[in-house]
Amino acid sequence: MTDTLLSVRNLRVVYPGDDGDFHAVRDVSFTLGRERLGIVGESGSGKSTTGRAIMGLVAPPGRITADEMRLGDLDLTRMNEAGFRKLRGKRIAMVLQDPKYSLDPVMTVGDQIAETHRQHVNAGRKAARLAALEMLEAVQIRDPERVYGLYPHQVSGGMGQRVMIAMMLIAGPDILIADEPTSALDVTVQTQVLAIMDNLVRSRGMGLILVSHNLHLVSSFCDRVLVMYAGRVVETCAAGDLANARHPYTRGLLAALPELGHRRAELPQLQRDPAWLEGSL
Amino acid sequence: MTVARRIAAPLRKIGSLLVSVGLTFLGLTCVTFVIGRVIPIDPVLAIVGDKASNETYERVRLQLGLDQPLLEQYWHYLVKVVHGEFGTSVMTAHPVLDDLLSVFPATLELATLSLVIGVVGGIPLGVYAAVNRGRWQDQLIRFMSLLGYSMPVFWLGLIGLLLFYAKLGWVAGPGRVDVGFDDMVPAVTGLMTIDSLLAGEDEVFWNVLSHLVLPSSILGYLSLAYVARMTRSFMLSQLKQEYILATLAKGLSPFRVVWIHALGNVWVQLVTVIALTFGSLLEGAVLTETVFAWPGLGLYLKNSLFAADLNAVLGGTVLVGVVYIVLNMLSDVVYTLVDPRARGQGT
Repeated sequence: MTDTLLSVRNLRVVYPGDDGDFHAVRDVSFTLGRERLGIVGESGSGKSTTGRAIMGLVAPPGRITADEMRLGDLDLTRMNEAGFRKLRGKRIAMVLQDPKYSLDPVMTVGDQIAETHRQHVNAGRKAARLAALEMLEAVQIRDPERVYGLYPHQVSGGMGQRVMIAMMLIAGPDILIADEPTSALDVTVQTQVLAIMDNLVRSRGMGLILVSHNLHLVSSFCDRVLVMYAGRVVETCAAGDLANARHPYTRGLLAALPELGHRRAELPQLQRDPAWLEGSL
Repeated sequence: MTVARRIAAPLRKIGSLLVSVGLTFLGLTCVTFVIGRVIPIDPVLAIVGDKASNETYERVRLQLGLDQPLLEQYWHYLVKVVHGEFGTSVMTAHPVLDDLLSVFPATLELATLSLVIGVVGGIPLGVYAAVNRGRWQDQLIRFMSLLGYSMPVFWLGLIGLLLFYAKLGWVAGPGRVDVGFDDMVPAVTGLMTIDSLLAGEDEVFWNVLSHLVLPSSILGYLSLAYVARMTRSFMLSQLKQEYILATLAKGLSPFRVVWIHALGNVWVQLVTVIALTFGSLLEGAVLTETVFAWPGLGLYLKNSLFAADLNAVLGGTVLVGVVYIVLNMLSDVVYTLVDPRARGQGT
């Protein structure tokens, strides 16, 4: 990994509360090269928040701190909101879970794609439209001209997510954070959307962070996997080695996965150990 | 193609609207008819007075068709209403329709200006408050709109007159125009601002505007309070949506996120609020019109109620009902413009 796009050391996200602060992300460290990094964990494990913190998208009163957070040669820890705004879409972009909710319902999908382009490239209306049409083609939408003028409620989930990918990649970011990009989609289109995303990310030499609760998906799709629990990274390993994971939480999760062809009367329940919260193995 | 669809969809909508409008109108006349029958005012007595002889009483009763079956009476009533015949006002001795046509423009003029003030001021304030939720700007705007809610309008009107008319002399006093300018411009639209401009009477125009400013500011403030409050709460719920996060992730400026994306969705909800605000303004603000001696619908209805002038009251009620029907129709049409989902066609 000579080509580090992003390096994060001891990232913390804290939400101050009336009865003490809530630590959503605790001392998360990782690096990202031109690879596909999976972050898995249960709901509330801090995996989505980690992705958002990298983009500076933690809503106040949440606070982001880190010993180091570098994007290429940029120090993100010193970045203010205006600085982050220039990076979003242009250097780091994010695909959200459900296109039904993550696209503006009263603007045509084409205009929403073109909007990203115009924000980051000094382009006129015409040029932005052409770029958006090209991008729609890149996410394998047939008849981009027609789709350009559709509103989000007129496109299917799979098409909506491709629009979302187009909208996020049009300004040519280095890193794409995909936050549960397929969990709202029909199973049949999930692989299709993943393949489209993977193709684009590879051909552009980007880094991808795939946030998911789906162990199967992450282990088959990604190069490396971070396993998060209660805001901490409890395990980092190559995706292929996930079966040999050492942390009891990961092992517990894996044990709870049903397998085709192996009928089991009962799936084992995950037994949580309070010691995991301390983050020591 | 898309342009044709953009036009065709609203047209189809208008067709189905007309049917529902017809039904609503039928219901409205039904209600006014029943009110006219159950109200403990004898329409015959109201005309002949209680000193009239039995013969006169009976003659007028027959003239009014009160001996016929109810259904038949309703039918006659409906036919008359459709033709704009609401009978004669006892109070003014004019046909009620003529009265309404002369008072309604006064209210329309006042209501329109008030609505413009309410919308132009209320929406930005509501957006600004929502964006600064919990901060002092938000508190200030909320306090202002709470004040607008709670202040009695007649008191506000009197204080306004006392200060800006009597003390400072910045605006003209009650009425629509100074007595000296009365009847100087022919009534074309009934809206004196437009009529005076049409007649080329600049002086009259400024005088009319000077009369209009204070009452419309007061009514406008009340609308503003309501519109700002609603805008704020609609905005807050939109700002929580996922698509807002997506627009931020695209790197859009806060201005675009708030004023294009979030507000674009808020408009959909605001259409109803604005239509209802306009409706309640057009009903005639009784108290404001009374304080400002504004010869509008509110004042007319109040006077005819006090005079037990049933024809005038029922005519006015039908007018208010029609105003609401028209506003509903308009807002349904506007919906299809601001909300692509309401255009109701597939892909």
